[in-house]
Amino acid sequence: MTIEEIQNEIIDEFSMFEDWEERYQYMIDLGKDLPLIDEQYKTDDHIIKGCQSKVWVHADMQDDKVEFTADSDAIITKGIIAILIRVFSNQHPKDIINADMAFIDKIGLKEHLSPTRANGLVSMIKQLKMYAIAYQTQIK
Amino acid sequence: MFNVETIRKDFPILSREVNGKPLVYFDNAATSQTPQQVIDVIVDYYSNYNANIHRGVHSLSQEATDKYEQARQKIQAHFNAKHAHEIIFTSGTTHGINLVANGFSSLLTKGDEIIVSALEHHSNIVPWQMLCERTGASLKVIPMNQDGELVISEFDALLSEKTKLVFVNHISNALGTINPIEYIIKQAHLVGAAVLIDGAQSTPHIKPDVQALDVDFYVASAHKMCGPTGQGMLYGKEAWLKKLPPYQGGGEMIAEVTFEKTTYADLPHKFEAGTPNICGGIAFGAAVDYMNAIGFDTIASYEQELLEYATKNLQSIEGLTIYGTSKHKTSVISFNLDGIHPYDVGTILDKLGIAVRTGHHCAQPIMDFYSIPGTVRASFAFYNTKAEIDALVVGIKKAKMMLS
Repeated sequence: MTIEEIQNEIIDEFSMFEDWEERYQYMIDLGKDLPLIDEQYKTDDHIIKGCQSKVWVHADMQDDKVEFTADSDAIITKGIIAILIRVFSNQHPKDIINADMAFIDKIGLKEHLSPTRANGLVSMIKQLKMYAIAYQTQIK
Repeated sequence: MFNVETIRKDFPILSREVNGKPLVYFDNAATSQTPQQVIDVIVDYYSNYNANIHRGVHSLSQEATDKYEQARQKIQAHFNAKHAHEIIFTSGTTHGINLVANGFSSLLTKGDEIIVSALEHHSNIVPWQMLCERTGASLKVIPMNQDGELVISEFDALLSEKTKLVFVNHISNALGTINPIEYIIKQAHLVGAAVLIDGAQSTPHIKPDVQALDVDFYVASAHKMCGPTGQGMLYGKEAWLKKLPPYQGGGEMIAEVTFEKTTYADLPHKFEAGTPNICGGIAFGAAVDYMNAIGFDTIASYEQELLEYATKNLQSIEGLTIYGTSKHKTSVISFNLDGIHPYDVGTILDKLGIAVRTGHHCAQPIMDFYSIPGTVRASFAFYNTKAEIDALVVGIKKAKMMLS
């Protein structure tokens, strides 16, 4: 699936929820299901700065596609990063770099997009795209 | 007779909704809300007599100067300072601390010692670290115990003739512990050390008497006392303020300037370079008037009632731990739910219209002591109610259910 298709799928899932409680409960459940980062990568080198909770991200490239794993010590943050990883993982670096992130607004999480928001969603997106930029340079 | 429902009508913000729910504002230790009486003073200033102060010959300037200096006298009376010129208007507590720290850089030498407490806010740690780097003095720390109290016997052991300065907050922002500053000031003076007390968290709850305390410096912020942001005060004993060099150069703080030499103005202007926050100073005076009209004894006893009620009800939630359990504390409860990150709890509470603070509260050493990433902090003011605490309890239970 392309990034856009995955985003549309997520928008569809979220459209079923009637209120914030259902949305957050879903994010919390996504957080619980997040494939955890390997313990060896839970170091300061892998921490995303700008979050009140700790977020670790690791990236790897296989067959010109980037794979992300992540973890956080806060469950809502984990849910948010789980959504981002679902969108970005197994995609070509250039598609990650060019991805439009307007879907965040469409799933009712716009409040988390403010750059001053303590969860640092903006920092997370930036960091994932930075990894993609780094891997893009490795593709001949 | 204190009636909280009447008091609440003074605060327009308390009737607004957040996320579709009535606002429950429990972040008072970060900033207090502003009553209409203070808002009116701010509007009146900009509507009727906004002018630059002190040197203007015209009537508006005179009027603004009078009001500004009257505000200084109100602050002087409130803190029972001996002279109005011992009250320096600042931009807030942090500014006051930096002003004193900077002043001491010319008075300290290598081998001198500065004592701070383990309960300090970052703003009361960093300036002293910088001061130590500049002067070669060293920083000593009074440790804390499990209840979040200072270990005073350790303070006694740290004191010596090398001690030149002692800096302690009157009340801890992260835990609400009231520190025994009377004793600390007395003991520090026995070895000839000066004492600065950070009153950012005490001044919203109690009325310190700087002469009775015999404290050398005391700092506070208006915005935690129902006043505006960007305004605070530094009290300093006259002798100390005369001894310290000016902090910033500029207009207002000079008596005479030639290219060869500048003579500094008298107190308090020596420390008030540039055009000050005129409206802020006047509104600060109005805020102090407002709180005194209610009465600090009334405020303290009502807030104590809220604290006891909240402590009892929060303790009944299974898996909730309260940090800071001193018998001497103000209306602050720092807590965590077992296995749940404070950030998650704060996010769910926000969705319910409840404003609390989460994180390390700019007091990382305290969080390190308890080996936690942070806490959820609910801090109560005299305009909060037991019904709001009930809403908090319901909110915490909901957060626990969703997050576990």
